[in-house]
Amino acid sequence: MTVKDAPGGYTDFHPRWYRRPMPVFWWVRRRSYLAFVARELSSVFVAWFVAFLLLLIRAVGQGEAAYQRYLDWAANPFIIAVNVVALGFVVFHAITWFNLAPQAMVVRMRGQRVPPSMIAGGNYLAWLVASAIVIWIVLA
Amino acid sequence: MAKQRAEPFLWLLFSAGGVVAALLVPALLLLFGVLFPLGWITPPDHDHLRAVAAFPLTRLVLFGLCVLALFHWAHRFRYTLYEGLQLKHLHRVIAVLCYGGAIAGSAAAAYLLTAGL
Amino acid sequence: MADTYPDVTADTGTDLDTGTITMRVTRYRPEDGELEPTTQDYQIPLRKDWAVLDGLNHIKDHIDATLSYRWSCRMGICGSCGMLVNGEPKLTCEAFLTDYAPGPVRVEPLANFPVIRDLVVEIGSFMRKLPQVKPWIIDEAPPPAGEHRQTPAQVAEYQQYSMCINCMLCYSACPIVGLDEHFLGPAAIALAQRYNLDSRDQGVLDRLEVLSTDEGIWGCTFVGECTTACPKHVDPAGAIQRYKLSAATESLKAFVLPKSRRARATNGPAPAKEGDTP
Repeated sequence: MTVKDAPGGYTDFHPRWYRRPMPVFWWVRRRSYLAFVARELSSVFVAWFVAFLLLLIRAVGQGEAAYQRYLDWAANPFIIAVNVVALGFVVFHAITWFNLAPQAMVVRMRGQRVPPSMIAGGNYLAWLVASAIVIWIVLA
Repeated sequence: MAKQRAEPFLWLLFSAGGVVAALLVPALLLLFGVLFPLGWITPPDHDHLRAVAAFPLTRLVLFGLCVLALFHWAHRFRYTLYEGLQLKHLHRVIAVLCYGGAIAGSAAAAYLLTAGL
Repeated sequence: MADTYPDVTADTGTDLDTGTITMRVTRYRPEDGELEPTTQDYQIPLRKDWAVLDGLNHIKDHIDATLSYRWSCRMGICGSCGMLVNGEPKLTCEAFLTDYAPGPVRVEPLANFPVIRDLVVEIGSFMRKLPQVKPWIIDEAPPPAGEHRQTPAQVAEYQQYSMCINCMLCYSACPIVGLDEHFLGPAAIALAQRYNLDSRDQGVLDRLEVLSTDEGIWGCTFVGECTTACPKHVDPAGAIQRYKLSAATESLKAFVLPKSRRARATNGPAPAKEGDTP
């Protein structure tokens, strides 16, 4: 075989390389890849939440009866199941987001680099405060 | 290799959306998606919720949340399709669907938070 | 040689021996007409002070001289002995056999590179990507007389990113590299960041042209496995995300600020360009 007819053929000066194909579901083979795809798919549940929230806003705007219909719809076991799964993914999003944030940003205070654990800690504190404010506003 | 003009801005929207989604969505979803429907906590009455939602600052926050969270989804889901299902060759269709969806959702949010309340 | 020096890879029967272990090594011999890799098992002594590379050397010296693999320094600095050990990208000189006992230990060539023979991969793609990010100090001003001094704080800014030994473990760990052969990849972008953060360098905007692209930073979706794989704690994933943040703020400033003020808004002073007033 000559080099000429051989991208695939082997010669002493033109070895035939073996290229490993990337399987379509490459991300099921490794835990870390699976966690990555799960993290990325959390965005679908973020979008689902926006739709769920817009329906709530519409119902609230339409009046008391519509609001009650919305509450009944949300109490449907299927919708509850979807929301429980969505909550799991959204919390996973929040945790991975806050944990990765210190890698992406460098914060300086008085010329000193703030240690990554402090940045992550600050994020979690902000999460706690924001959640408390949301719950207080809705329930107060 | 063409320098990307739009990507930096889309990434900024994605990042901002990631932050607001992480900060606000878990608490809201816990309340409205799980605790109220299960009856573990009594949902607030209609008048209270309407008053809260109609308050200008809440409208602004809710609008920002919806827009940024949708663009967060559009960006991330686009890349998940590129990588997770190796559909990069369909990048035009996917980009139009993802960002188009985000724009449509943002328009719906704008309508509901102004005329709808 | 064997007469002059003690053979460190021979089975010497000391108290460091803890039995044997099987190494399941990927073989690929295109010169013999093989179209796909196969695996071959080798039974080797399991010694407490042996790394996977020592096991390979034992195989080469005592069992099967036809096995091909790259190695040099045996001390985690040359970056040539990277392979997949039980599926994880590792420097084989730093992966100890006892950690994989009772075995078998799978040894495969690095993923995301074409295989030339056995455990040897073709690294041309990586070698062509590195110079694209202009990994040298760009400064149009004449160099200062004497040393170009830096404070410890200025060195600390980029030192982490200068620790890369080009072992390509991060390219093997990164699925984006496997999906898109044109993606510049973790080490190259981290190396660009090493020069961007150097106080002597003025090349931020030059590199931005290469890096703010689909094949550059925007191709990365922060899987983070490059950082996990890196034996030198370079944190390429962090470097890329930091780069995205600065590139995005740069674009925002370019969009908002009038043209004349853009240059000054960059990270550090901008390179002197034609038409700039002194």
